[in-house]
Amino acid sequence: MTRIPSPTVELHRETLSNGLRVVLSPDQSAPVVAVGLHYDVGFRSEPEGRTGFAHLFEHLMFQGSESLEKLAHFRHVQSSGGSFNGSTHPDYTNYFEVLPSAALERALFMEADRMRAPRITTENLRNQVDVVKEEIRLNVLNRPYGGFPWITLPPVLYDTFPNAHNGYGDFSELEAATVDDCAAFFDEYYAPGNAVITICGDFQVDAAVELVHRHFDDVPSRPVPVRPSFAEPPPDRERRHDHPDPLAPLPALAIGYRLPDPTAGFDGYLAYEVLAAVLSDGDSSRLEQRLVHTDALATDIGARCGLFGAPLDARDPDTFTITAVHPATVDVNRVIEAADEEIARLAADGPDADELARITARWAATVFREHDRLVSRTMAIGAFELLHGRAELIAELPVMVATMGAEQIASAAAALRPDSRAVLIVQPASSAAGQEA
Amino acid sequence: MRHRSAEQIGRTELGPRPLPSLGPPRTPIAPFAVDTVLDSGLRVIAVRRPAVPMVELHLEIPFGGTQRTHPARAEVLAMTLLRGTPRRDRFDIDKMLGAVGGDLSAGVDPEHLSVSGSALASGLDVVLDVLGDALTSASYATAEVARERDRLVERLTMNRSQPQVIAREALQRRRYGNHPFAREWPEVADVAGVTQAAVRALHRRSVAPGGAVLVLVGDIVPDRAVEAVETALAGWRSDHPAVELAVLPELTGGDLQLVHREGAVQSQLRMSAQAVSRNHERYPALQVANLVFGGYFSSRWVENVREAKGYTYAAHCGFEFTRHGATLVAEADTASEVTAAALLETRYELGRLVVVPPDDSEVDSARQYAIGSMTIATSSQRGLAGHLATLATLGLDLDWLLSHTGRLQTVTTGQVAEAAAEFFAPTRFTGVVVGDGKRLADPLAALGGVELP
Repeated sequence: MTRIPSPTVELHRETLSNGLRVVLSPDQSAPVVAVGLHYDVGFRSEPEGRTGFAHLFEHLMFQGSESLEKLAHFRHVQSSGGSFNGSTHPDYTNYFEVLPSAALERALFMEADRMRAPRITTENLRNQVDVVKEEIRLNVLNRPYGGFPWITLPPVLYDTFPNAHNGYGDFSELEAATVDDCAAFFDEYYAPGNAVITICGDFQVDAAVELVHRHFDDVPSRPVPVRPSFAEPPPDRERRHDHPDPLAPLPALAIGYRLPDPTAGFDGYLAYEVLAAVLSDGDSSRLEQRLVHTDALATDIGARCGLFGAPLDARDPDTFTITAVHPATVDVNRVIEAADEEIARLAADGPDADELARITARWAATVFREHDRLVSRTMAIGAFELLHGRAELIAELPVMVATMGAEQIASAAAALRPDSRAVLIVQPASSAAGQEA
Repeated sequence: MRHRSAEQIGRTELGPRPLPSLGPPRTPIAPFAVDTVLDSGLRVIAVRRPAVPMVELHLEIPFGGTQRTHPARAEVLAMTLLRGTPRRDRFDIDKMLGAVGGDLSAGVDPEHLSVSGSALASGLDVVLDVLGDALTSASYATAEVARERDRLVERLTMNRSQPQVIAREALQRRRYGNHPFAREWPEVADVAGVTQAAVRALHRRSVAPGGAVLVLVGDIVPDRAVEAVETALAGWRSDHPAVELAVLPELTGGDLQLVHREGAVQSQLRMSAQAVSRNHERYPALQVANLVFGGYFSSRWVENVREAKGYTYAAHCGFEFTRHGATLVAEADTASEVTAAALLETRYELGRLVVVPPDDSEVDSARQYAIGSMTIATSSQRGLAGHLATLATLGLDLDWLLSHTGRLQTVTTGQVAEAAAEFFAPTRFTGVVVGDGKRLADPLAALGGVELP
């Protein structure tokens, strides 16, 4: 059997007097450095009537700050040889720069400047509302399966606004956003004590700590908001919803289940990561083999933890999904029944030893490969520290997964119960009329 | 809690602060590498990069074809190449690879058949064994061919419902007409006729090592990795080299073509012009000129159409390299109501690059970005392997990559201005606008230079 190596990841922590948490992970293998900022606010926290606001605000954080005119952020990062981006998740919003290591201090300066004093103007707000609307047209409105399943499945599985609503937002609500909304949102959620800064790559720890103090120490401390619970009970039955998609050429479905709360123990959650791989990673995985290759019920099928792909990327409640695209000649219930049978078989017997060994080897390899990209590693460390207080997960995950037992996977499969799930059925234009689930 | 106003938030007592200067630059250390050609004609590049205990693998085989049915046969071949040999079926292969944390997949485009994958470095021999077995004895079992044919038809239907794919196919037809390069995806009608015999014949003719390149990057010892390749792929031979794509004609400028897409709320603007390839002495100047135009966020085009006007989420102009040349391809997706305005601004920025050439500060910013982004992109195993495979198909190597920083550092503002003037004239571009023809026809007709349906 293949031994799964466990590479070490060097980690250092600091907390500034204003509450900013700092995680440093030096790695001199290439002359490159990445800086990540994770703020503890995502689209679950945006107010009712302002859907899409957390993401819109992420765009505004690039529009200038006290020392940086509009466009200066982009220009300074790129003229230093670097790249930048940001993204908005259910429970956090992140920003990063990845640059040649000579530009580390610049990146810290720019992140500190916008944490201290972003420049929020009507002109930039209106411009970015237009840009965000183009982003939504590109990714949702103008394409088949737009927002499937991350926008379309949650309202079937969840009842409360934070968990169910569309994080990209309605156009009318984006247009209604005001500069004062932005000021209130920034003051409440973008406090230094509500953030984690992560620095990975080519630097000396002492020098980097000194630079962090130099640029962030005088960001004034502000109260950190009390994080609300987004808990809601799991569904007490199967909930089905038909979603007509006039642009879609083939029918598709998404099945959503609730995941266990990771604060109750990482193992309980990670069993579902392994379960997802047993179900759909590779030709010999259970659902691929049965539904795609043997029975030809589906064109493609996938199972995963979380709506954004990365493990442990959200707090409770979080979603386990199975998605499939299938030919119009195959009734959707046959796809669901075949998947249910495979899940029931796993719940009864668990994966066999070879299967488990291969799944965990591949899972570990995928993580190594993903985290070989400096920016991916940086953002994962920051998210683990912010959400779970545990940057160490970056090195621990492959080990935790490798020691998972077959009975844990069987229990996870047993918890994917047909009487407590959401089923979203995407109906192409040609078949949308006259069907009732 | 009362919150501060936006004005209060945007100001501190100290006021604006100066941007820190850059620290001393550190150049990447050249990795230990071997670049050799085996007796079979296969070029092997093996590079040691031990940051994680993994190895990346990229195989590129020239895979040109001229027959109308070639794309369908090639696509089915790629989908079934790794799906069984007399020794192993599809599931055995997946299990073997899984046991070493491995993955292998094959894909095809008009120029190349590509096999790429990765595994725990300790599993390199297993991956090479699976690869060698497939290259010499892929079965293309009738049932596998039939099943993948059906899936291919379903995937083609999915693909051709995507606006980006519709736009790409329209651009390829506009640029290259019936040239094989324009046929990136098969026609559904051709897929049904693909037989096991046809795929096997294509394998015998075209899955050949002569002219192909295999790149390995990871926690490996390059000499030993090359030996492992020699052993595992010893049986992969052919009496003729792999088949190159027919030479592409030079692009000439012309009207854009408006292509109607029913129900579109957003349009795809795609424009293209002839460029020069990486091995050309003017490439560094053109690379920098392209960045200034639209190759990165801080470019004239993006700052105009996104940050000033809000017409698009992303606009980008980049190079598309083929074996014997390169083109520039500019892409932006815009709402129907601002499509004509976005085209107007695009033409304005193209013309402006010619008559108001990039200044020293624009050139220096683009130069630093080109150097830095290359360092960043090649700092991971996956990034370096992909980059080297692409370079190798252009006849270039690791030395070219390492020395490119020097070429970028010495390119002058004058050379960039010359390249801008020569390559970015709006009249050199051709292309398509795909969108709601009913809404776009009048404003585009008014602008001119657009052929209506």
